[in-house]
Amino acid sequence: MSEIWNYLETNGSSVLTALVQHIWLALLPVAIAFVLALPLGALVHRYLPVRHVALTTGSVVYTVPSLALLLLLPGVLGTSVLDPTNVVIALTLYSLALLVRTTADGLDAVDTTVLQAATAMGYRPLRRWFTVQLPLAMPVVLTGLRVATVANVSMVSVAALIGIGGLGQLFTRGFQLGFYLPPIVIGLVLSVALAVVADVLIVAVQRGITPWARAGGR
Amino acid sequence: MIEFEGVTKRYPDGTVAVEDLSLKVETGRITVFVGPSGCGKTTALRMINRMIQPTSGRILIDGDDVTSRPDADLRRGIGYVIQGAGLFPHRTVLDNVATVPVLQGVSRREARASARELLERVGLSANLGDRYPSQLSGGQQQRVGVARALAADPPVLLMDEPFSAVDPVVRDDLQQELLRLQGDLGKTIVLVTHDIDEAIRLGDKVAVFAQGARLAQYAAPADLLAVPADDFVSSLVGRDRGFRGLGFADGAEIALKPVGHTVDGLTLELDADGRPVGWRGPDGLLPTEGTFSDGANLRTITDLVILSPAGAAVRVDEHGRADGLVLVEDLAGRVRTQQRERLAALTQDQVEEAEAG
Repeated sequence: MSEIWNYLETNGSSVLTALVQHIWLALLPVAIAFVLALPLGALVHRYLPVRHVALTTGSVVYTVPSLALLLLLPGVLGTSVLDPTNVVIALTLYSLALLVRTTADGLDAVDTTVLQAATAMGYRPLRRWFTVQLPLAMPVVLTGLRVATVANVSMVSVAALIGIGGLGQLFTRGFQLGFYLPPIVIGLVLSVALAVVADVLIVAVQRGITPWARAGGR
Repeated sequence: MIEFEGVTKRYPDGTVAVEDLSLKVETGRITVFVGPSGCGKTTALRMINRMIQPTSGRILIDGDDVTSRPDADLRRGIGYVIQGAGLFPHRTVLDNVATVPVLQGVSRREARASARELLERVGLSANLGDRYPSQLSGGQQQRVGVARALAADPPVLLMDEPFSAVDPVVRDDLQQELLRLQGDLGKTIVLVTHDIDEAIRLGDKVAVFAQGARLAQYAAPADLLAVPADDFVSSLVGRDRGFRGLGFADGAEIALKPVGHTVDGLTLELDADGRPVGWRGPDGLLPTEGTFSDGANLRTITDLVILSPAGAAVRVDEHGRADGLVLVEDLAGRVRTQQRERLAALTQDQVEEAEAG
């Protein structure tokens, strides 16, 4: 225990930097993917041919091992191997593959009677999409967002293997020092804590914006 | 008035949902489209507010072609009640009811205030307003659906199988409530159902659609029961159409016997205030099985006569005192006259129609 405190005292600022970087590298891709997934999910929901193409592509992307993708991307994009952009793009692809599917599932789950009623009330398509369809798809969409966020927090650690920051660096350092435990424990605790906090935050938002979903039956 | 002028709906795969439909829906009345599933009744309804576009023909509301306005504007002016209510699960009951006024630009606050009044109008307590639809029973949801359709006070109300998702007891309540509301509001209502009893109960006029999108008959419910246009209509209205048709005949003109009249050895026994207690006979006291009062129709009276151990229905005044008896032979005479008058009137109508057409 005291060893861990000693480590934090001497390396506190680098641990903090790693944590902040980890947060960025994990959450930025989810945010980008979320924004992209809404229109893409809508297309997948609406057009059957798009559905096959998009969901198959998504599954293929998801099967590519993350380390392989991180090494592959610099070649494709012409970026340097140590550029964090690679991580952001790789994780955006993973998140997108997941979120497009859950967005489409969320939209599929909306009762068509409700949508017909909205049209019959005199909603124009765009307003109906933003005020009826999307809010009703939200419980499923946000569940997907939780999975994607937690998955990203753990996947960022892999980036340390190719020399990019984040809490994963604490693991690699511990291994380099002959399985020196303090940085490993700190990295582990912080990444678990980060995943839990992110998850709790999303659940809080979910409860805040979908009170009706918890109103439950009679 | 809503007019269908040679309206046809044909889908790309060749199915014809509605074929060359021409009919007029009267203003301020309830018109029911009834028929088996796949007969085109719902398609016909949904073409009125352009949820479905006709392949050919026109639909006019008070002389204006429904295509002359943007869809959304047209729809905001037409109330719509969908099967299973179709409430927005993510909005409270009040916000659901306030939907159309808010779309029309009324402030949310104002719209919610009038929504609260409307809830009471459809028989719901205003403090249900802050609940979500999932917290209401099916019957309550359906009432909210009606309130939502009425919120912008549209002259026309379209109802697509509005009561088919609730149990028979609740359905009966809702039907009664609709008739009561309509008595106050006098909307032009088009209601779709597959239930002929509902059609006959609610409709001022009933359009019977047959398989293959054919309009088999368009008539008042009494006429539908009296003179079905063809075998399809008569099979739809059922075997006891004679009995049910009596529900539209007034019982006022029936001959009454005095209360003291002895029927087949039975005499009506009264309490101190003159209210009927039962039929007194050699086997003791038998029940009257109910009474009727002024304004009852022939169906009610016939039912009482059939149930009565004396073969006689007891009429009571507003205080519940017996003031007359209808005997089975008097009833039979009245029913006979009724059927002759009705047939004569129908024949007359048909002659006039032929001359006018």
